[in-house]
Amino acid sequence: MNLTLKIWRQKSPDDKGGMVTYPMKDVESHMSFLEMLDVLNNDLITKGEEPVAFDHDCREGICGTCSMVINGRPHGPDSAITTCQLHMRKFNDGDTIHIEPFRAKSFPVLKDLTVDRGAFERIMQAGGFISVNTSGNTIDANTIPIRKDHADMAFDAATCIGCGACVAACKNSSAMLFVSAKVSQLALLPQGHTERTERVLKMVHQMDAEGFGTCSNTGACAAECPKEISLDNIARLNREYLRASFVSGE
Amino acid sequence: MMNAKIPTGPLKDKWTNHKDHVNLVNPANKRNIDIIVVGTGLAGASAAASLGEMGYKVKAFCFQDSPRRAHSIAAQGGINAAKNYQNDGDSVFRLFYDTIKGGDYRSREANVYRLAEVSGDIIDQCVAQGVPFAREYGGLLDNRSFGGVQVSRTFYAKGQTGQQLLLGAYSALSRQIAKGNVAMYNRHEMLELVMIDGKARGIIARDLVTGAIERHSAHAVVLCTGGYGNAFYLSTNAMASNVSAAWKAHRNGALFANPCFTQIHPTCIPVSGEFQSKLTLMSESLRNDGRIWVPKNLEDAKAIREGKLKPKDISEENRDYYLERRYPAFGNLVPRDVASRAAKERCDAGHGVNKTGEAVYLDFAFAFERYGATEAKLRGELNPSKERIIELGREIVADKYGNLFQMYEKITDDNPYYTPMMIYPAVHYTMGGLWVDYNLMTNVQGLYACGEANFSDHGANRLGASALMQGLADGYFVLPYTIGDYLASDIRTGTIKTDQPAFDEAENNVRDRINKLMAAKGTNTVDFYHRKLGKVMWDKCGMARNESGLKEAMNEIREIREEFWRDVKIPGTADSMNPELDKAGRVADFMELGELMCLDALGRNESCGGHFREEYQTHEGEALRDDDNFAYVAAWQYTGDPGKAKLNKENLYFENVELKQRSYK
Repeated sequence: MNLTLKIWRQKSPDDKGGMVTYPMKDVESHMSFLEMLDVLNNDLITKGEEPVAFDHDCREGICGTCSMVINGRPHGPDSAITTCQLHMRKFNDGDTIHIEPFRAKSFPVLKDLTVDRGAFERIMQAGGFISVNTSGNTIDANTIPIRKDHADMAFDAATCIGCGACVAACKNSSAMLFVSAKVSQLALLPQGHTERTERVLKMVHQMDAEGFGTCSNTGACAAECPKEISLDNIARLNREYLRASFVSGE
Repeated sequence: MMNAKIPTGPLKDKWTNHKDHVNLVNPANKRNIDIIVVGTGLAGASAAASLGEMGYKVKAFCFQDSPRRAHSIAAQGGINAAKNYQNDGDSVFRLFYDTIKGGDYRSREANVYRLAEVSGDIIDQCVAQGVPFAREYGGLLDNRSFGGVQVSRTFYAKGQTGQQLLLGAYSALSRQIAKGNVAMYNRHEMLELVMIDGKARGIIARDLVTGAIERHSAHAVVLCTGGYGNAFYLSTNAMASNVSAAWKAHRNGALFANPCFTQIHPTCIPVSGEFQSKLTLMSESLRNDGRIWVPKNLEDAKAIREGKLKPKDISEENRDYYLERRYPAFGNLVPRDVASRAAKERCDAGHGVNKTGEAVYLDFAFAFERYGATEAKLRGELNPSKERIIELGREIVADKYGNLFQMYEKITDDNPYYTPMMIYPAVHYTMGGLWVDYNLMTNVQGLYACGEANFSDHGANRLGASALMQGLADGYFVLPYTIGDYLASDIRTGTIKTDQPAFDEAENNVRDRINKLMAAKGTNTVDFYHRKLGKVMWDKCGMARNESGLKEAMNEIREIREEFWRDVKIPGTADSMNPELDKAGRVADFMELGELMCLDALGRNESCGGHFREEYQTHEGEALRDDDNFAYVAAWQYTGDPGKAKLNKENLYFENVELKQRSYK
């Protein structure tokens, strides 16, 4: 199939940037979206132009590196996948495809489609852990039975890949789904209970400090999440936060 | 002859005794000691977190934009531990024995035993960190089986075990970063090792965002930089996984051990076209429930390839469940090397089932029926129809492997709940790596290697669910003890200054090489050469190797390498973000390593594990080992020319297991 690509090109963080049009010929439907961009880049390099910079690594939907908005949707038109799992069979001959970086004040563009998601790192460092030393002197793993449904819910929350599509999808650039996934995972497990008060307060505080917007419950985040992280997690975060605010006296 | 520094005494007491007698560094002194950790996958993140927590000053580096994205994240099936929660007779010794046998008797007994010994602690540690392993209804941890063993010792989190374990290690690392014990350098790549007075004292790194070349010093350098499967171009590794840090270490004197021991994983999604950039694994855990087959008759296989027949059109008696036929004791759960070779054998004989003729079926129809029948009983449904049983079965299978089935469907556009998966072997893991002694130190003083980057635990073939175990064992429980033994003599050294001549020289090397790459201004892209290299490696140093092919490969790789340096085309500049330049440096190193891999394969005149030399096989086509002549580790020393590396041997001694032909029949 033949396509027209309109891609965001931006040399550096301070560059203004803009959309550039590239015609693509003879794209095969079984190619992945990123393989299609590989072909484009190969052509650009051969012609002596700079290739399009984009983040990618595992190309199997688990590392969370790839991050682009395709035709207005983070990770493109298919559901429950990352960009690297998107295949060209989802497009038709003659289509025009707009490709942009994840856009949010807290994710500054580094180059072209590459953004800096360091804000997520700092949120995790603020409290996305259980304070247990790695000494190996812990109790036997089966000492505390955990209800299967709780373990399963914790797992579902823990499958977040930290890609940031939730932020890119949200009109407020809110990071609530990302933060709530970690808060939920650890709040649902007995091991996480000791620190639950501090954890939610610190993580939410850091989220605000990074300049992410507030949540207005439109649900765009969950709709675009490649791992289908549920909005229930945001509700749980709000409960945890409210509870923590009372308990801590803040 | 290499000295592995294996402690004396009975196998089961070695580690405990060793820990009791190594030198310690007191807490006040730890604060004055710097350690560099390169790579933040399971081994690197766990090592950096542990060392930071112990009080050392740690600098950790990763080329990804976050430590959480290291390729350990993609490990699917599980992690082994000798907990014996299933009461099926498992023990530390059995895990040790299975690993030694699975590795075709080419790994070091003492290291493997230690790995088995600390395996239980890993599970305890991860659960304490909040890793959500799969559980049974009673709330206790669930297990499943993996290839090459007859017990259920694999802990798992659906098909995302690596993700959950890495996020656990990442959370421990994040905690230490917040405390200031670890300084984290994301989007940084190590480009050179700095040696001072024969000791590893630092690295030169490039900031991949700004292009800045940086000097970092330390009292010890720990490489946790993963494997080198991308030498084959197509593999299940992430796109940027590379050998460069380990290769720089090798060029600075560290021995590279058993480079030809590569693992070809039997269950991957087959190659679909010439633009393919990587291959995707379908977890070995699927072999718990999927049955592998091809059509018995050549005409049926041909009709399937041409689209005239569907798998369901092939009757039961016309199917060849070749693993069950050849290996009745282990069936579909034979180790990876055996399963891969068997698939290649059937496809080479003309029984392949996709357009390229290089695919076999992995069929879940039986699992749907089996699970469905049980589930119907549990739900009290009397006389359920066959359709109902299959429907219930699909739900159970979805619960176990849902994400894998979804991944398969997204890639192939086929729904594996309704038609068998098609799979074929692909490069997955590398057992070879930097040579290390019992303390995980390379032959270079102060340079350590952990996880897939070292060679020590998996011999010639790694068993499923053992990579995660080794990465975390090295990082959480082995290195933190052994590194202190070395650093105890460094407590009076003080900060290593980066204005020394050794740093000047190392930085100049890096700059010269980058300039040389940028100056070529040739005609072909980096990928062009990487693909060429990969094809040679796969055809001549892949699942089957022979003397003449390996010799040809070495010549071809040299030619590709020369052409690359002369005619590669890299756009942009070196002083800014330039992913093509990053890639060029990695591919340049693969082109040297590739030749060494062939040299190693050429020198090993036997077949063992993943190394199959066509000249050395039994009349049944099984690997034919030669223990009298090859029960050693081949540790190669760099001489300036990878094709003329010098061989050093470490003889392997088996005092606790009997060397036998490996049989899974």
